[in-house]
Amino acid sequence: MVIASSNIVNEVAPRPEVASRLAALERAAVVRSIGRTPLIRLRQLEAVLGLPENIQVHLKSEWTNPGGSIKDRTALAIIRDAIGRDRLGSGQTLIDSTSGNTGIAYAMLGAALGIPVTLVVPESASTERKRTLHAYGAKIVFSDPYDGSDGAIRLVQRMVAESGDDLYFADQYNNPKNVAAHYTSTGPEIWDQSGGSVTHFVAALGTTGTLMGAGAYLRDQGRVQLIGVQPAEAFHGIEGLKHLPTAILPGIYNAALPDTIVGIETEDAFSATRQLARIEGFFAGSSTGANLSAASQLAQNLADAGEPGYIVAIGCDGGSRYLSTGLWELD
Amino acid sequence: MPDDKAMTVLIPTPLRRYTNGQARVSVSGDNVATILERLDTEFPGLGERLRDDGGQIRRFVNVFVNGKNVRDLDGLETKVSPGDEIGIIPAMAGGLSAGSPQS
Repeated sequence: MVIASSNIVNEVAPRPEVASRLAALERAAVVRSIGRTPLIRLRQLEAVLGLPENIQVHLKSEWTNPGGSIKDRTALAIIRDAIGRDRLGSGQTLIDSTSGNTGIAYAMLGAALGIPVTLVVPESASTERKRTLHAYGAKIVFSDPYDGSDGAIRLVQRMVAESGDDLYFADQYNNPKNVAAHYTSTGPEIWDQSGGSVTHFVAALGTTGTLMGAGAYLRDQGRVQLIGVQPAEAFHGIEGLKHLPTAILPGIYNAALPDTIVGIETEDAFSATRQLARIEGFFAGSSTGANLSAASQLAQNLADAGEPGYIVAIGCDGGSRYLSTGLWELD
Repeated sequence: MPDDKAMTVLIPTPLRRYTNGQARVSVSGDNVATILERLDTEFPGLGERLRDDGGQIRRFVNVFVNGKNVRDLDGLETKVSPGDEIGIIPAMAGGLSAGSPQS
């Protein structure tokens, strides 16, 4: 009988040290706090938009993760995989480029699990982010602020190419575990919390892991429309998002999966963020605003067409991380 | 021919399609407002990326003069002198003082 080599690998038990590190990971309080985030129905927003009863707008409140964003899920899946393959956990340093939230999640988990973390971030990243990374004890390397997040990607690739085996390059833009994280957690949570009612899923595109993973899971359960959200222009102020036509395309992105890609102006994302704070009392980041702006347009289109809808948008992170960016200067 | 009254303006990657790919351009003027106007004259389309319909710097755009955010100086009225370095960075990657580019 011929057995595929991949099956043999899967059946081999991990070495005792690796098994012990994996068990320690699953026991860590911060790891156990990730996920199972509330799905919130935005009834006040529905009323303001004048939606009929058969159209609902829900927000997945990812800011309730311990690191304050949806990226806790991504970082956990990547680190769990690397420990399981004995690439991390015995002294290696995790390194990656990040515009912020994934870095905070790596730094948080690294602190709890005793894994050194080095992050390449644009020099102009917000003060809150730099100080949060420092608080967790991560090492920060700055990339050229004029080159944005793509500049950080290029710098980390150069650093990894010039280094030895003591670095583990987490590579969130190309790591399939970024997608798997959302296929196995975010997607099933949304399906269960909506009682299988979700008809439209709205997720902003940065690494694109959320839409690729949770979107694929929801598509596998039933006919769910997948809406990706990107900035309308290459030059924008929606943190963490990529304008796909002009940015380095993430390796995990599958253009065939989304039904629609919507472009949102920075000012509209900001207005939707402010509206959420002022009518629902949730102070989120501008990428959540971008998702809500797209979800509101979608809800109104459905209402105009006389169609029902159960829309779920991702609430990527909280707003307090952006207070120094100028978006929230007093009017 | 180099213009000794000119200032260097550092252009972020997403705006370089308006400057024929140039990362640094030279413009002259006596305050930030005139610099932005001349940038738009020389590189059509750039102005509306940086200022709103009322002429103000868009909320997510940070303009730095020698590493200082003009919001902490005199805004569009901030004076500039030959040799100054002016930087433009979107707020997605731009805090206040700690986000200042190297001068």
